[in-house]
Amino acid sequence: MNVREIFDTMDYGPAPEDASEAIAWLDRHKRTFGQYINGQWTKPARSFASKNPANGEILAKISQASAKDVDKAVDAARKAQKAWAKDAKARARVLYALARLVQKQSRLFATLETLDNGKPIRESRDIDIPLVARHFYYHAGMAQLMDEELPGCEALGVCGQIIPWNFPLLMLAWKIAPALAMGNTVVLKPAEYTSLTALLFADLAREAGVPPGVLNIVTGDGRTGEAIVTHPDIDKIAFTGSTSVGRKIRAQTAGFAKKLTLELGGKSPYIVFDDADIDSAIEGLVDAIWFNQGQVCCAGSRLLVQEGIADAFYTTLKARMDKLRIGEPLDKCIDVGAIVDPVQLDAITALVASSVGDIYHAATPLPDTGCYYPPTLITGLSTADKLMQEEVFGPVLVATTFRTPSEAIELANNTRYGLAATVWTENVNLALDIAPKLAAGVVWINATNLFDAAAGFGGVRESGFGREGGWEGLQAYTKAKDTAPKLSKIAPMEAPAKAHVADLDRTAKLYVGGKQSRPDGGYSRAVWSAKGKLLGHAGLANRKDLRNAVEAMNAAKSWSNTTGHLRAQILYYLGENLSARGNEFASRINEMTGKRGGRAEIDASIDRLFTWAAWADKYDGAAKGVPLRGIALAMNEPVGKIAAFASDDAPLLGLISVMAPAMAMGNRITVVASEPFPLAATDFYQVLDTSDVPGGVVNILTGSHTELAPQLGGHMDINAVWSFSGSDLSAVIEREAAGNLKRTWVNNGKGRDWSNVDASAFLTASTEVKTIWVPYGE
Amino acid sequence: MTARTATVTDTSLAHLPQVQEPRNPGTVLDLDRIASVQANTSAIERRAATLPGRRSVKKDYQAAWMLRAVTLIDLTTLSGDDTEGRVRRLCAKAANPVRQDLLDALGMDAITTGAVCVYHEMVPTAVSALQGTRIPVAAVSTGFPAGLSPFHLRLAEIEESVKAGAREIDIVISRRHVLTQNWQALYDEMKAFRAACGDAHVKAILATGELGTLRNVARASWVCMMAGADFIKTSTGKEGVNATLPVSLVMIRAIRAYHAATGFRVGYKPAGGISRAKDAVTYLTLIKDELGDRWLRPDLFRFGASSLLGDIERQLEHYVTGRYSASHRHPIG
Repeated sequence: MNVREIFDTMDYGPAPEDASEAIAWLDRHKRTFGQYINGQWTKPARSFASKNPANGEILAKISQASAKDVDKAVDAARKAQKAWAKDAKARARVLYALARLVQKQSRLFATLETLDNGKPIRESRDIDIPLVARHFYYHAGMAQLMDEELPGCEALGVCGQIIPWNFPLLMLAWKIAPALAMGNTVVLKPAEYTSLTALLFADLAREAGVPPGVLNIVTGDGRTGEAIVTHPDIDKIAFTGSTSVGRKIRAQTAGFAKKLTLELGGKSPYIVFDDADIDSAIEGLVDAIWFNQGQVCCAGSRLLVQEGIADAFYTTLKARMDKLRIGEPLDKCIDVGAIVDPVQLDAITALVASSVGDIYHAATPLPDTGCYYPPTLITGLSTADKLMQEEVFGPVLVATTFRTPSEAIELANNTRYGLAATVWTENVNLALDIAPKLAAGVVWINATNLFDAAAGFGGVRESGFGREGGWEGLQAYTKAKDTAPKLSKIAPMEAPAKAHVADLDRTAKLYVGGKQSRPDGGYSRAVWSAKGKLLGHAGLANRKDLRNAVEAMNAAKSWSNTTGHLRAQILYYLGENLSARGNEFASRINEMTGKRGGRAEIDASIDRLFTWAAWADKYDGAAKGVPLRGIALAMNEPVGKIAAFASDDAPLLGLISVMAPAMAMGNRITVVASEPFPLAATDFYQVLDTSDVPGGVVNILTGSHTELAPQLGGHMDINAVWSFSGSDLSAVIEREAAGNLKRTWVNNGKGRDWSNVDASAFLTASTEVKTIWVPYGE
Repeated sequence: MTARTATVTDTSLAHLPQVQEPRNPGTVLDLDRIASVQANTSAIERRAATLPGRRSVKKDYQAAWMLRAVTLIDLTTLSGDDTEGRVRRLCAKAANPVRQDLLDALGMDAITTGAVCVYHEMVPTAVSALQGTRIPVAAVSTGFPAGLSPFHLRLAEIEESVKAGAREIDIVISRRHVLTQNWQALYDEMKAFRAACGDAHVKAILATGELGTLRNVARASWVCMMAGADFIKTSTGKEGVNATLPVSLVMIRAIRAYHAATGFRVGYKPAGGISRAKDAVTYLTLIKDELGDRWLRPDLFRFGASSLLGDIERQLEHYVTGRYSASHRHPIG
């Protein structure tokens, strides 16, 4: 077309971004890459092709890292770690240099990312790469502040990090910036479809003064990932990717005392109320589900629209979809680029083909060749349909309607996932009421897919655990400096040859839902004093008793909505009532343990209750300084339902130390009492009864830790399991927890000094940080 | 009016809405609809902020789009020191906005700007200067820019301008009606202005910089369209803040919804502050994406601008020669 014709048609023409610098970089490396280990490239071996999904052309040959390569990388990282961890301020300078480096080479990174991944150049240029730089800046600051602000923390050591193909360089930044800032060294594996920007980053990182061994990049497929996950000398695994692989990693790392964070899939709800700015809500969907071809873990892929406006909404939405431009990702006038790989395209195609809903494909031309899928809306689905439950990871939006705010919440939370949620309404009362009720790690009000290094990102439920970004994100890369004492198992007192049975029979039952109930199995165990006196019997709880306890926790749901002030009052009251019976509890402990620490333990227990009463209304959230007119609120929400094994060694203090923080933060908890010395816990039932603790908030079971461990670990309706047991339960709990990806906090055979509150550890474990983004302005 | 009966094939010369489309007759004042209109400022600003990054027009396309922009300009002079000589010079520029050698190099026929926009006193001069060009004269009216002169005088001013040959009347609304949410008063006022215009087409200037919120902009847009505005226009150019992309997004979304509801197309005119060719192209992408190609014609879209043309001329010369141009190489208007 000539100028005169275009003057008439007013078409958009081609507007290609120049990728020659990226191509030149590939050529300089002869389009072949080895591993980046200890600051050097290894010889290429076992190579596979990395293709441009827009046209199928081979961009480069990449090497599949073997287990040996991973060994070498871990070894280099281990050797470099001590020196790297020494000087936080020196690290700050390196991270600052990395941030500057990304900015200086922003066009090179953006074009290479688009070539490799297929995402529109607009996104890599305006979103991915600026966020990468922002992440390094932010964490340069974290390194600078570490000594002063995190005095009790130190690096974990060597981190193995496995990232996905949807935001290749951005996920690299999310992983390595906090890890390096806190003094860890890293072995990172990019996804096999999209390794190139990680390799470019490694290549250039030398210019930023990253010492050899601090950052190692190994490439390859799942086999390389597995070599990292199972490597004995890696202290921490961070994974972003699919829920199914995350589950596998949880199981594979079970019992190895590796710290683990998982950022997994989602089916995030996008809720539109009838008082919303509809045009803006529709534009938001473009950013929610047609951003990065919908290949976004937190994509707003499940549209919930209020019934009265649904038809009009769908009509306007379809018109907007028809205006989306799909094609060559390097074109600066393109909205939707290429799907990352034909395998992914086939998966999307098959999932949509299986749907029974009304399928609408955007009436917009697709390129003849390359890996493209049209923006798609599927209406007329109900919650039972597969596509309402399963993640598509493509440009496919499914929609259904709701009638009331409470139904919107019910539908939104009717999922195994819990990554993100979006709410559109002009009513501030409604928005701020809904946000805390959504099962999600991130909530966006009247916006979607907002990210920043200062704001935590991560999920609940099967969307994984751990946060990336903000102060909360540093927990994934630090540990407390104290060394834990060794744990040794305490056996119950043996039955004497000649039993001494003096008192009136006292049979302790289980404590479930605020009532004492007989163990389902009908078995009890005699508890003897050190001197051979029968102290009483304790029931042996089984899986059905656990089931009942979980039901009781469900019934006590409203505890999570009570005020911190009320919870504080109840915890103080528990302390008061325990104090009134202090002597009785003290002598009971002395009798069971055969020691004289009873009185001290009671005093510590009362003090512990007062401490957690004090915390109940003081664990404040934060308003994050995100670069936007608005606020990102970090709210500390209760984890939900926690099941915990109390320690064996401190029969009452061990119980109270786990029960009280959970209660204080609004959780409901089921505690399995000290196995050898259960009677302090069972005596405590009456204290609970007299202290206004609502039934079901605290449930106490007694019995065999080893037998109950797989049950607690595997129960699908428990959000977290903690173990301070003297029995070796860590592996079985972590392995079983893979089922619903519940959070676990296990002792890995380490003891605990119960005279310390260790508030920060218990506060962190008792809460989830929910980030609520509230842009504003009128 | 002659334009009404003319057979026009080239839409670029069919400047008036009534030539191509049935005029918007307006509707009853639907207060429920007005009350339901929402505008979320931060979301609108985000859309506006990302738009320039989402659309890019290059090379031949860029040249063609800039030429299109020229034909959409209401070349304007609204100064206290306007004289007949000044207005004649402007009209000559409107008739020949781009140097002939550049048009030849671009393979283009003659083009003109969309209209010439002046105060009432300058209407006769402009009409005579533009005789034979088919370029309509637009008059700002109704006590422009504040709109606070006596109501009967505002109506009379419209009638005088129409009598003097203005075929487009840019009226200013009473901002106070919007700020007090007196939609009935705004509707009645707009209806009276429209009636006074007769066959001349009426652009309703909302003075968005004085309406306080985007929600008010959206609601005022709806009321003016319901009262029969042919165009809605952002600004007089005299407010502190004039045309912006967020305001434009709000107004054209209202136009789109009004079209969906009634079938009538209302035109849009951003005015004030659009002075660079690049901005003009961004505006056109906004119109193309949100409203559709039909609105990229002078009967449904105008830029209210005075210095924009100069920048476009320089950019066109750059396109033709490959060298950056200078202002003095292009005749001033």
